[in-house]
Amino acid sequence: MPEKPCIRLEHVTKRFGKKTVVEDVSLDVHKGEIFGLLGPSGAGKTTIVKMIAGIDEATSGTIHVLNKKMPDLHVMERIGFMAQSDALYGELTAFENLQFFASIYGLKGKKQRERIDDVMNLVNLTDDMKKPVHQYSGGMKRRLSLAISLLHEPEVLLLDEPTVGIDPVLRQAIWEELERIRQNGTTIVVTTHVMDEAEKCQRLAMIRDGRLIAVGSPDELKKETNSETIEQAFLYFGGAR
Amino acid sequence: MMRVRAIVVRIIRQFFRDKRTLALMIVAPMFVLLLMNLVFNGEEYQPTIAVSKKTPDVVVEKLTKYDADVKKLTEATARKQLEKQQIDAFMEMDEGTPKITLEGSDPTVNKAVLMTVQKALQELVPQTRSLQWKTTYLHGSEDMALFDNFGPVLIGFFVFFFVFLIAGVSFLRERTSGTLERLLSTPLKRWEIVAGYIVGFGLFTTLQASLIAWFAVDILDMMMEGSFVYVLLITFLLAMTALTLGMLLSAFANNELQMMQFIPLVVIPQVFFSGLFNLDTMAEWLRSLSVVMPLTYGADALREIMVRGNGWNEIAKDVYVLLGFAILFMILNVVALKKYRKL
Ligand SMILES: Nc1ncnc2c1ncn2[C@@H]1O[C@H](COP(=O)(O)OP(=O)(O)O)[C@@H](O)[C@H]1O
Ligand SMILES: [Mg+2]
Repeated sequence: MPEKPCIRLEHVTKRFGKKTVVEDVSLDVHKGEIFGLLGPSGAGKTTIVKMIAGIDEATSGTIHVLNKKMPDLHVMERIGFMAQSDALYGELTAFENLQFFASIYGLKGKKQRERIDDVMNLVNLTDDMKKPVHQYSGGMKRRLSLAISLLHEPEVLLLDEPTVGIDPVLRQAIWEELERIRQNGTTIVVTTHVMDEAEKCQRLAMIRDGRLIAVGSPDELKKETNSETIEQAFLYFGGAR
Repeated sequence: MMRVRAIVVRIIRQFFRDKRTLALMIVAPMFVLLLMNLVFNGEEYQPTIAVSKKTPDVVVEKLTKYDADVKKLTEATARKQLEKQQIDAFMEMDEGTPKITLEGSDPTVNKAVLMTVQKALQELVPQTRSLQWKTTYLHGSEDMALFDNFGPVLIGFFVFFFVFLIAGVSFLRERTSGTLERLLSTPLKRWEIVAGYIVGFGLFTTLQASLIAWFAVDILDMMMEGSFVYVLLITFLLAMTALTLGMLLSAFANNELQMMQFIPLVVIPQVFFSGLFNLDTMAEWLRSLSVVMPLTYGADALREIMVRGNGWNEIAKDVYVLLGFAILFMILNVVALKKYRKL
């Protein structure tokens, strides 16, 4: 690898009390790739993403993002995070939510307005900008959350189950959009428990019960296990343990 | 600063979006004050007034017309009965001017007596001559309605209660809806979050407190001897302690209902200790609990200002203590947020 990895996890373990939720995970994410974290519900994906985002700290092991040890407030400025649950202010309109987060990232005036228009256009919500968020459908809220995470043009984008509750057509559109964002040089980490979505990642990590069971490109993983689908590959790696 | 301002703007927008809560915070206190005013300044009480033997029958007639129970007594007997609270007041003629002696210890009764006497005399004296009489009190003092006495405590209580609850619930929602975590994934510093809340709520509660105090003083005629600015200062500080305490305790609640459960634990006891009730009969150690209660200081200061007309010197200690509480809780909040993000 010519470049230093954009995100590097080294022997990361996370415990909540006595319960070990993530155990000895080491992996690298390279600049400009879409990296998938694939695993069933409860596998520890959210926990890993939150540690990368700097919200949580690893119990042991280290995480570096953009060559800085996390958590680090300056690096957090360069990360876009979309939480698994839509963290939006329901009483406020979409526009007001965007304005709020934009100001937190230091965007103001004309630039702020431009970014808001851009991201809302991207997720196809321009017409619903002035609606209070509590009137939004589940899918619309997901898209708004995505738009918010893109506001400050982050170098690293962390998306925790971005396509849950979104219909197939829009899901397709979002993946196409992610691909375009990636081509602009953004590094994207996406968690998902939907196996066929994993195909769209450059590389992915399979996670079960907090442990990393395989890392590689979708094709590599399929070839290695002689499987037709990612799902079969996942079952193979899971069963082989 | 821009980040703090973003939070402030957001909080204020949320306030004005949620009309019901807005109304609750402003109209509910006014409504309760109005009720209190009606109950405690009501005129249902029928006073017993004694008059001297020489009093003309027409006076007795008028007093009776305005709901008094009238007795004719000699001055000596009347004084004795006044002491024993068998009668509420004694009226005699002193060189042509009526002279009224009130028992005086219950403001409700005083008010009833004076109302009756005033109405009766007004009908007796020709319009052109101004109405004159002398009033003396055996106990207590004039101008003192029960409502005036605990009105300031009520104002302080309402501000504290509603701000505590609303701030606690909004911060709780921030936590349970995931927006707190979302905020902590941004470069926002912990103190910026707390500061944003303080300024946002501070602006709002200043408005709230001004309206409540204005309503009490101008509409309900609550006693107001001192400066309105001091009243605002005290209510603002009370609101700040309530806000920071509410935020702090919201960490120990998992939903709105559990936030409500703090009311009997945290808010109600303060009412008992803040001077609404006489604590002289309470055990010493129990009484000393009031030292740790913010409302004690707020209520004390408000009374100094509104009832006694005192200024800065008398309220300075209360101001410092309240400020101390608010700052302490603020720091604890910033520390408590560490639970969600170490940085
Ligand atoms: N704050 C927490 N305290 C205790 N256990 C937790 C906490 N957060 C997550 N867990 C546990 O960690 C495990 C992994 O959770 P999570 O990372 O959310 O999984 P995923 O996102 O893959 O569905 C689950 O068993 C969950 O119950
Ligand atoms: Mg998850």
